[in-house]
Amino acid sequence: MTGVLSIDTSSNWAFALSAIPILLHGLVVTVAAASLGFTLALVVGLLFVILRRSRSWLITWPLACFLEFIRDTPLLIQLFFLYYVLPSYGITLPAFLTGAAAIGLQYGAYMAEIYRAGIEAIGRGQWEASVALNLGRRTVYRDVIIPQAIPRIIPALGNCLVSILKETPILYTVSVLEMLNYAIIIGDRTYQYTIPLTLAGALMLIMTTICAYLVRWVELIVPRRGIPLR
Amino acid sequence: MNDKERDGAKMQQSVAFFEYLIGGAKATALVGGVAYLLAIALGFAAGIARAERIPIARTIAFVYVEIFRGTSLIVQLFWIYYSLPLMGVSISPLMAGCLGIGLNSGAYASEIVRGALLSIPAAQLEAAAALDLNRYQTLRKIVIPQAVREMAPPFGNLSIAILKDTALVSMISIADIAFKAQQLRTFTYNSAGIYSVSLVIYFGMALVLLVTSRTVEYYARPKYQRSWSLFRRAAQ
Amino acid sequence: MTPLAGFHNVTKRFGHYTVLDNFNLDVMPGEKVTLIGSSGSGKSTVLRILMTLEPFQGGSVSLDGLAYHLPGHKPPFCASERHLTDIRSRIGMVFQQFNLFPHMTVRRNLVHAPMTVLRLSRKEANRRAMELLAMVGLADKADSFPDQLSGGQQQRIAIARALAMRPRILLFDEPTSALDPETVGDVLSVIRKLADAHDLTMILVTHEMGFAREISDRICFLDKGRIIEQGRPDRLLRDPQHPRTREFLTSIPTALSLAEREAMLSIDASATSALAMNT
Repeated sequence: MTGVLSIDTSSNWAFALSAIPILLHGLVVTVAAASLGFTLALVVGLLFVILRRSRSWLITWPLACFLEFIRDTPLLIQLFFLYYVLPSYGITLPAFLTGAAAIGLQYGAYMAEIYRAGIEAIGRGQWEASVALNLGRRTVYRDVIIPQAIPRIIPALGNCLVSILKETPILYTVSVLEMLNYAIIIGDRTYQYTIPLTLAGALMLIMTTICAYLVRWVELIVPRRGIPLR
Repeated sequence: MNDKERDGAKMQQSVAFFEYLIGGAKATALVGGVAYLLAIALGFAAGIARAERIPIARTIAFVYVEIFRGTSLIVQLFWIYYSLPLMGVSISPLMAGCLGIGLNSGAYASEIVRGALLSIPAAQLEAAAALDLNRYQTLRKIVIPQAVREMAPPFGNLSIAILKDTALVSMISIADIAFKAQQLRTFTYNSAGIYSVSLVIYFGMALVLLVTSRTVEYYARPKYQRSWSLFRRAAQ
Repeated sequence: MTPLAGFHNVTKRFGHYTVLDNFNLDVMPGEKVTLIGSSGSGKSTVLRILMTLEPFQGGSVSLDGLAYHLPGHKPPFCASERHLTDIRSRIGMVFQQFNLFPHMTVRRNLVHAPMTVLRLSRKEANRRAMELLAMVGLADKADSFPDQLSGGQQQRIAIARALAMRPRILLFDEPTSALDPETVGDVLSVIRKLADAHDLTMILVTHEMGFAREISDRICFLDKGRIIEQGRPDRLLRDPQHPRTREFLTSIPTALSLAEREAMLSIDASATSALAMNT
């Protein structure tokens, strides 16, 4: 793709107009990486929260420390760690996947907290009624707890999605050809960084706004009859 | 070398890494500290401006917050670092880093401030008016003490977020921990060791921030509301 | 006759605070027992232990011949999950806060447990649900959600839900304490209908003394984790033997009629004149 860069620097507007398609091309990659990272985070977070509820403290304590460690250290360093260390263990992934994995890991740790808070927000009475009705553990989670937890956590998960979208350009540092990378390439070629970077920012702003509306739409779609949301 | 010697060498290497990387902690702390102060200032300014009645102040604050919260920090940093010089404003990498993170975090801080101000029940303001307190007195004696209590936890979390953000300034050639880690990679191939030690250093700094934040929360409350369980929350 | 539910020297502590202190109680099949006492006396805890919601530190509890911990094990619960499930299948409980599932319709609230636990077919579960709804007088609300119903209606649904599992013993933990006075009567009449029609064993914790007097076979007064006094309702309420019981009953305005109250107070000669002028 980079061989076909045709940028018209005759005027600012022409410059901007010819840069946009290139940036959009990168935006697709950004959105793809963000989506993959988000999906991974959802799954990883679930895994974490299930492990956290284990009865054995040999699992819960180290896990809690590990999660806090992941949450409080920079994504950039975690990304570098995975990017440079995994190959030496025989796992060579394309940078795109490594990036998604790093995002999935860190945001999975956040989502574990969100899931936990969502479950704990459900009053004890629901659990006690389930015991009184002799419902099995799996049934209680499937039919009583999770349907009530999901509507409550959607806003928080939506926030995570928007944050992930904003953090994805970090993948530029491991040479993933996403939007920021293209903006820098254009800048390097033309020595004009202002316009490509501004356009990249504007495109990101549009994406996050669309994302926010998407989240609100999902909030309305999910069945939330009778569940107090505050 | 046999296993024991190799482990010993690894330990030595980790210590060497640590000594090298900790040199970057100064830059990290500097950028983080300045950015945090900037964020608090901007946060209060924008947060209060959004609650004001003057439309211009509200609009400016709104635009500022939406732009800096809606776009990536790394894009903002690059913008400041690359385009400002092209516009004739010469700015050192350090200043660019502090400014970038400060502006970005200021937008989030303004939401914290705004949230805290909104959380004060209107009844309090009505009572203040009934007691004939003027605007300044109301702010100083009624609003601010309660708002500060509300704001302490999120501002504590913000400090840790800023710490994590500082790693990005390594991309605009500030010699912080992340930058030094990248440098170390040119000397040795032990990436795992380098980045592990970096993560540990960052985590150590984060723990310090965490404990500080919980202590501030503890003392921000009146005596009868203080509880050591606040510290347990940090360990969750 | 062997008791259906039995507590023997049960001790229960919350940290350093002892809630139940060598508590003993035997409930016979078909008996309606009411527990009364001031808050903190342990009445709700008795129900919760029976419902396996709380562990206990000493003594033994048994239900329908099943022990709450297996022999050779020390309390608290050392029973396996399967054993506890067996126990729970025989008890039902009605809570003060109703605890209906807010995201399910009334109908689903009633059929969900029978279908998943008792493995009834949808048709059968539905049929039973409509029967129970008719009994509590809410057949037309089958497709409403709990948040559309009043407190009294919700509690009646909660009773129907508990009955759908055909328990041998039904526990009521202050079923009317969270209700507006107007709706209390409806719930109480449902409970009375249950008491009269079925040979269901019932343990009730309530402050509604008049009601307790009407439906109970036995009233037990608890104080500080023990049964201080128990007996037939008219006897206990009219002629309590223990001074603590008397103190408690006179402090509740609705427990006794005016005449009974005066009669009881006249026993304490010294305080009579002052009190009599106030009642």
